[in-house]
Amino acid sequence: MTRFQRYLLNKVLWFLVAFAAALVFNFLLIRLIPGNPVDAMVQRMSAGGNTSGEAMQRIYRAYMTEFGLDKPLWRQFLIYLGNLAHGDLGASFRQYPTPVLQLIKQALPWTIALQLPAIVIGWIVGNVLGVLVAYKKGWLDKVLFPASLFVSTMPFYCLSIILVYLLAVVWRVFPASGGYSFSMAPGWNWNFVASAAQHYVLPFASLMLVFIGGQAIGMRAMSVYELDADYVRYSRSLGVKDNRIVSYIFRNGMLPQITGLALSIGGMVSGALITEIVFSYPGIGFLLFGAIRNEDYPVVQGITLLIMIAVLLANFLVEIAYGFIDPRIRASETGER
Amino acid sequence: MTAIAQQSSAAARPQASLRRSFALAALNKRFLFSLIVFLLIVIFGFLGPIILGRDTPLVTVGGLYDKPSADAWLGTDNFGRDVFTQLMYGIRTSLIIGLIAGGVATSLGLLIGTVAGFLGGLVEELLIAITNVVITIPSIVILILLFIAINTRSIVVMGVIIGITSWPWTARAVRAQASSLKTREHVDIARLSGAGTLSLIISEIIPFMLSYVVMAFVLQLSSGILQEAALSMLGLGPSGNVSLGIMLQWALLWESVRTGAWWAFVPPTLFLTLIAFSLLLLQSSIDEIFNPRLRRN
Repeated sequence: MTRFQRYLLNKVLWFLVAFAAALVFNFLLIRLIPGNPVDAMVQRMSAGGNTSGEAMQRIYRAYMTEFGLDKPLWRQFLIYLGNLAHGDLGASFRQYPTPVLQLIKQALPWTIALQLPAIVIGWIVGNVLGVLVAYKKGWLDKVLFPASLFVSTMPFYCLSIILVYLLAVVWRVFPASGGYSFSMAPGWNWNFVASAAQHYVLPFASLMLVFIGGQAIGMRAMSVYELDADYVRYSRSLGVKDNRIVSYIFRNGMLPQITGLALSIGGMVSGALITEIVFSYPGIGFLLFGAIRNEDYPVVQGITLLIMIAVLLANFLVEIAYGFIDPRIRASETGER
Repeated sequence: MTAIAQQSSAAARPQASLRRSFALAALNKRFLFSLIVFLLIVIFGFLGPIILGRDTPLVTVGGLYDKPSADAWLGTDNFGRDVFTQLMYGIRTSLIIGLIAGGVATSLGLLIGTVAGFLGGLVEELLIAITNVVITIPSIVILILLFIAINTRSIVVMGVIIGITSWPWTARAVRAQASSLKTREHVDIARLSGAGTLSLIISEIIPFMLSYVVMAFVLQLSSGILQEAALSMLGLGPSGNVSLGIMLQWALLWESVRTGAWWAFVPPTLFLTLIAFSLLLLQSSIDEIFNPRLRRN
């Protein structure tokens, strides 16, 4: 086995350890609820009085057997793992017996469609701006740097709230809430797509602006260091064109930025939780918000598991990619110096 | 003799550089500006209710979303309660949670980082392993699951738990610094003169990382406040209390944004932004003061 293979193996083992820890946390923490989750749920339902006693009994029994809550903790954990292996996240309390997986499958496309373009476009624009600002300095730097600093420190949901108020309530340019018009059913027809696009602009813009700001600041800091490097001075003295030098700097400052991109994509699901709540956007954040309010524990647990898997996978892939891309890691791990 | 001279000069170094840093701090405009903004917010939240004689933020004084008036300077919220009073109490709650979270996270990170970096060996391996696992598990998930499980969430409990979930980054950076600091000569000299492990850590390692620790605390304070706000907006805020996040949660649930009741959501939004901005500025100006490479003339 070469040292590089050992590096990969090492990373795989770490990923598995972290994954196991995540599963244990996801299983155990929710069981800290006094009594058990089914008790709490059934009590709440009977207080609401919207289900008959018999139906309640049925739900109660179904849950006790499904989670095996009468069994010892380690058996419960094994049952939980067994269900997960079959892709079974349980059924929603609130919308019994809709499977949690189905609810997540409905919500996830909205979150991805909202976040992925915002992250990717924001990343590209932010990085280009960052290099330009560092290289050109002058008025560009004086205006753009404080602006992006302010936008990126602003909690992203604060920007969302202000945008909704100004553009949807005061000036009424865009709709204020939802992912599409309430009078429509989701489907692939022209009217629906148009409505969805209209509802898309504001949440998309508020996420992208914050992302551009953060990326621009990171890239500017990187580039300011790179500008001092010998290769920049040398290229300048040779009379290399500005655009060329900027592209050199860009390439050298890229590595940590690519990590940032991968980690943001991994954190995508959890990244827009609050923005979705502000816009009542029908994605994962909105689903989670409803599940917390309704004490729908299986849904909460399913979403937290999804968030953890996404983040862990992104971390893992970044580590692996680093092994291939970064010559320094490759050299130190394979011993070719 | 030279050893003693070296030791005293080594011991004097952090104090001298600290004094120089304070002098620089007094001159640094960004530092002064951000510090003053933050202190004004602190005074507003902690002394405001006392000076203005507002005992509780939870009494009803008007109707649903009354406009700002001479009685209620920022109008009323969805339950007819005075927004201005709520704002002061909200700032106070958010700050207390942030301070506790920042204190817990920084102390834990400092403790785990220095122990790992200074002792080395198996202890270090083990602590790094734990840190690496904790760092990859997103803290928001742990917080959501824990806070659902806890029925009554007090301010202190929220602060402590947020702190417990956010120490790894500090620990990682502190470990790197501690393990490089421990090979320095002044540490060897102190060790040769018979200092124990604890006193070595306290007097020879930690003072040299002080600037980093202060910066870490400022950042953790800020992220603690934002974490609390995010959790409150998810419906998992401190029970029976008003915080900036809880004000926003009510404002969103009761449609203040869409009905144009700006006084219900603009103040908490503004102050969250202001707190985050002033703390980030504070952190970066502290960095500038301690780190000569970043210093402008």
